[in-house]
Amino acid sequence: MKHRFDVRVGPISFRVGSAWAAPIAALQSLYSDYPASATVPNYTVRIEPERPWRRLIRPSVAIRGDHILPDALPLPLAQGLLAAEMGMNLQLALGERRFLLLHAASVEKDGRGLILTGESGSGKSTLSALLGANGWRFMGDEFVLIEPETGAIHAFPRPISLKNASIAVLESVLPDNRFGPRLVGTPKGDIRHLKPDPDAIAAMDQTAMPRLIVFPRFGFDAAVRDVAPGEAFVRLTQASTNFTAMGERGFNALTRLVTTVPAKAIDYPDTTSALELVASL
Amino acid sequence: MTYHADPPEGLRIVPLDTLTAIYHRASGQTHIVSEPMPEILAVLTTSKCTIMTLIQRLGLPEDAETRALLTARLDELITTGLVARV
Repeated sequence: MKHRFDVRVGPISFRVGSAWAAPIAALQSLYSDYPASATVPNYTVRIEPERPWRRLIRPSVAIRGDHILPDALPLPLAQGLLAAEMGMNLQLALGERRFLLLHAASVEKDGRGLILTGESGSGKSTLSALLGANGWRFMGDEFVLIEPETGAIHAFPRPISLKNASIAVLESVLPDNRFGPRLVGTPKGDIRHLKPDPDAIAAMDQTAMPRLIVFPRFGFDAAVRDVAPGEAFVRLTQASTNFTAMGERGFNALTRLVTTVPAKAIDYPDTTSALELVASL
Repeated sequence: MTYHADPPEGLRIVPLDTLTAIYHRASGQTHIVSEPMPEILAVLTTSKCTIMTLIQRLGLPEDAETRALLTARLDELITTGLVARV
């Protein structure tokens, strides 16, 4: 590819190739604090025109790589950064076999790892970003990587993809130089990427043992309830992109997680309540 | 008619709470079951049984209602591939 970007995030390395310079420049700015990959990358993403002439005429970006979604529609070039990020997520979600992947966020404090998982809109990205701004080490908001042999969480602190109302919440508490450009009118609404705290990136090779699994739910009166291991297991199999592909290693990793780590469901009406609830757990 | 399941080494069974997770090594599938499925499997992984022997091994009342209930559970286990009818 004409333009190229290499990066390592925790134990995962990526190479992104692009037919255009602008998405690579955006990635370089967003990932300026991350190390370049020193080895052959684990995953390669290509963002390229759907047809050769679409590089110049009404340029649109298709996501390519070892794993693709055949029905995915191309994005306008102005959303090339989003296409690259989606491509990185896709390669990992469909290709990863070393770690059990949970679609979840994680933070750590004093060696105590919290896994925050829930459906889209539950607020796990916003919550993990806010916890990262309040003394917790941000370990990732998209995927939690569980090492099957040890049960440890490996940090994967990618930039946080803030959507719609959560953008203003974080803009009000963090400096502007932590944010990428605002992407307007994407298929997920408005998106603005937030760079993790530099200390979280510097510590991304430190693992943490999970101590609590949290299922947050935004928009309800504040409440906390225990989640039994059976329910946690069912919900986490649904939250994993590679549980089936991991076979017995995935089964062992997940059963160990839910039988050794307590789980709580929290409802919260606003972010202040959410931070208080998490602090009380 | 007798029923049997894969031998114990063919399954990885992890009790969670009222639910039990089962990994079936032959198919690579995970199943979530509740009482009395783990108890039935514990008997059928070690020996082939008729419905009457199974009732006796589980210490259940030997009546028509129990037979019907157990047959329904066995049919569900057959559907999942965890139990076979011989």
